Amino acid sequence: MDAEAAKFIGAGLATLPLLGAGIGIGNVFGNYLAGALRNPSAAASQQQNLLLGFAFCEATGLFGLVVALVLIFAV
Amino acid sequence: MAAGHSPMEQFTIKTLVPIEFAGYDISFTNSSLWMLLAVICSAAFLTLGVKRDGVVPGRLQSIVEIFYDFIMRQTVIPVMGESGRRFFPLLFTFFIFIFFTNFLGLLPYSFTVTSHIAVTFAMALLVFALVLVIGFWTHGLRFLSLFVPSGVPAWIMPVIVPIEVISFLSRPISLSLRLAANMLAGHTMLKVFAGFVVSLLGAGGVFSALAIAPLLAGVALTALEVLVAAVQAWVFTMLTCIYLNEAVHLHDHH
Repeated sequence: MDAEAAKFIGAGLATLPLLGAGIGIGNVFGNYLAGALRNPSAAASQQQNLLLGFAFCEATGLFGLVVALVLIFAV
Repeated sequence: MAAGHSPMEQFTIKTLVPIEFAGYDISFTNSSLWMLLAVICSAAFLTLGVKRDGVVPGRLQSIVEIFYDFIMRQTVIPVMGESGRRFFPLLFTFFIFIFFTNFLGLLPYSFTVTSHIAVTFAMALLVFALVLVIGFWTHGLRFLSLFVPSGVPAWIMPVIVPIEVISFLSRPISLSLRLAANMLAGHTMLKVFAGFVVSLLGAGGVFSALAIAPLLAGVALTALEVLVAAVQAWVFTMLTCIYLNEAVHLHDHH
């Protein structure tokens, strides 16, 4: 296989972390909503944790993007 | 995509004033320019905000006070307790600097300083070094007990301790990559959607009418990026706070 082609296939495969990030972000917000509906009085106090969890999940997906960019531009 | 315009083009560093010192290239680049602008904006925002110093704050002063309150009373104190006060200047500086560079980066034709790992990694390394210095300064060699979680059976230690060490060492990488990758991804995405608008308009006919869709998506994404810019500035500050808290208090909860 052409090295250039393999590079692009690898970059494409590096988008797979989106799968995990999607599940993770869904989990974060879904569980927050479930908790908030059960105990609405505690919801406001947990908003910072919600954002922190969201940021962690999102970043995990973005690490995949970094791998893809490294493959395309730096290898 | 419009021919010849890559969505990554916005991240290229252009030398504005070439300066060479002792064989090193320390030119004044567009990155330096936007960093300087962020510093000027934040200094102007904060000094003008508290200039009048009224008991009843005006508009600008109340915004400055919201910033202060958000970092001091909703981030630093809950995580670190009262001993977090001495780290407040550093944490607030991180927050304001990242906040302003992120937001200035959202302006069209501007440059996002925090999209470069060189910038964010420098800040993350500073945090890492600070945690090491403060940890060893206050606890001596007892600081190494950070790698030994309490309440874990002894036979599992040979596995847990290396994992803890690796996760500690990878902190500056994850801290800097999180911020840089978020900025990089967001701005690339905005430019990709802007590129869709241009190429659909260029296609003519019925396609020109369709250009409204990526335009609206671009507007929505810009709103998302405003959120991300603020959240990432806060996440960096919050994580720095958590790391410093570990260095100051080890395992005990302030």
